[in-house]
Amino acid sequence: MKQARADYEVISALVHEGARVLDVGCGDGALLQKLIAEKRVKGRGMELSQAGVNACVAKGLAVVQGDADRDLQFFPDGAFDYVILSKTIQAVHRPGEVLAELARIGHRVIVSLPNFGHWRTRMALLFGGRMPVNPSLPSSWHETGNIHLCTVRDFAELCASLGLMIERGVPISGGHAGSPFAQTLWRANWFAEDVVFAVVATDSAVRPATDVVKLRA
Amino acid sequence: MSRASASQSAPPLRGWSSSGGVRTITFGEDQPLHLSSGEKLSPLTIGYETYGELAPDKSNAVLVCHALTGDQYVASPNPVTGRPGWWPRIVGPGKPIDTNRFFVICANVLGGCMGTSGPASMHADGRPYGLRFPVFTVADMVRAQAMLVEALGIKQLFCVIGGSIGGMQALQWAAAYPQRVFACVPVATAARHSAQNIAFYEVGRQAIMADPEWREGDYLFHGTRPAKGLAVARMAAHITYLSEAALHRKFDRALQEREKVSFGFDADFQVESYLRHQGQSFVDRFDANSYLYITRAVDYFDLAADFGGALPRAFHDCPSRFCAFAFSSDWHYPPEGMKQAVRALIASGCEASYVEVDSDKGHDAFLLEEPAFEHALAGFIDAAALARGLTPGAAR
Repeated sequence: MKQARADYEVISALVHEGARVLDVGCGDGALLQKLIAEKRVKGRGMELSQAGVNACVAKGLAVVQGDADRDLQFFPDGAFDYVILSKTIQAVHRPGEVLAELARIGHRVIVSLPNFGHWRTRMALLFGGRMPVNPSLPSSWHETGNIHLCTVRDFAELCASLGLMIERGVPISGGHAGSPFAQTLWRANWFAEDVVFAVVATDSAVRPATDVVKLRA
Repeated sequence: MSRASASQSAPPLRGWSSSGGVRTITFGEDQPLHLSSGEKLSPLTIGYETYGELAPDKSNAVLVCHALTGDQYVASPNPVTGRPGWWPRIVGPGKPIDTNRFFVICANVLGGCMGTSGPASMHADGRPYGLRFPVFTVADMVRAQAMLVEALGIKQLFCVIGGSIGGMQALQWAAAYPQRVFACVPVATAARHSAQNIAFYEVGRQAIMADPEWREGDYLFHGTRPAKGLAVARMAAHITYLSEAALHRKFDRALQEREKVSFGFDADFQVESYLRHQGQSFVDRFDANSYLYITRAVDYFDLAADFGGALPRAFHDCPSRFCAFAFSSDWHYPPEGMKQAVRALIASGCEASYVEVDSDKGHDAFLLEEPAFEHALAGFIDAAALARGLTPGAAR
């Protein structure tokens, strides 16, 4: 939980007052509530689990029950200032398509993810010879929902291939946020347990191939 | 429950009456109902029921819209049939729509046969309307409800909720009267009637009209009833309310009070017997022409069409908060139809939640025990009540 809070703190700091925010995979709505309380955002959520949706609805949050892989077409182009994907990208089936969809929906995409390139993870694999299990990656390989784990560098390459620019990355280690970085990735790739990225579309951004329904009246 | 006090709190208006235990209000010639077809209906009588007490500032009113063959007795026995209220898990003391807290209104739909003007009502010439009753739409149903709500002195409903075609009415309310709906809960419904649903309705209508006792719609004058046709219509429709899983669980291929098949056309199977019973009990309480008219109104329902083909326009600048519910095995109003409406709500900037309840009970799931639905609905209602500044409900 300490990890999750650190990641929420960083996200809250990245979001401006009164912004329109979509939290994809919003769980029980804790982050949305925090953003509404701290930044008075106009918040919306998407969540797959019934329990999560019910918890959100009971908090008065506007949340649609849906799957990031399938249901992002709920949302029209440019509808949000920020679309947040907190510790979810590693669990979706098509991270590239999801990321492109998020960039379509929001002016900025904020992604937090566990960094598989962290030195301890590398060491665990190198010397243990097994898939790493640690506070950021708590489940064993056969039980984890994390089907698309990546490193900081992998994520940066995916962004580049989609025409997305990393505006800022914030490393998190031991529950504390480090100094933001933009260009130099190697340090974060070795030393960040989790990273929060703020990503924007460039002119050459890849638009999703899916036939996104145009909803604007 | 305080139905008596609810009666007392009703404003003493001309035209309020009660006949055969059915509470009604009549709007005279000076207040005709303007129909989508361009025609006017007058006089207009609306049969309705209320539960709970209206707050002094009239802020706690909830309008429940009933489904195709429902009635206004959402939380109390129907005085004509003796059947219990039709939404006991949702409306009542301590329920998600808590009658200790909210003033609940439920009106028999326009064209219905439980006190509201319909084809079985008397025309001025002393004969039942029959097919002379004007064809109306879901928008007209809602316009009639709005007249009732206005007569009750309520400027804004705290919530409009309904399932199936009641959900269509809820969506229509938000589109037609956005300032008068604080919260809107469409359940197991869609913003348009599908070709498949029109097809099933047409089967039902043809069954009714093929019954010789229908007498070109004039059966009431002739003292007959197209009971067989109406029963078949009900049987066909009833299948669409269930799911294959529900039918399998309930009946599978079980035989009805026999060891083996009869090599005849008697009801060998339990499912046949069940459907026949559904058909039979329906004809005792429903008017065949009402069935024709109401299904026609629903066929015509396409909210986007009324707004230049763009559904988001229907909800443009709508301040209501929405919570839409769909049930995974509902093939009468599948989740995809509800999602289309939710997409439009989101595209128009509305505050909209969407809950897809995993259920194998088909369309009828919204009337049955579905704890996930009940919990989510209770959560939404409580959060909306808090936002509206209503006092917290009784402890659940």
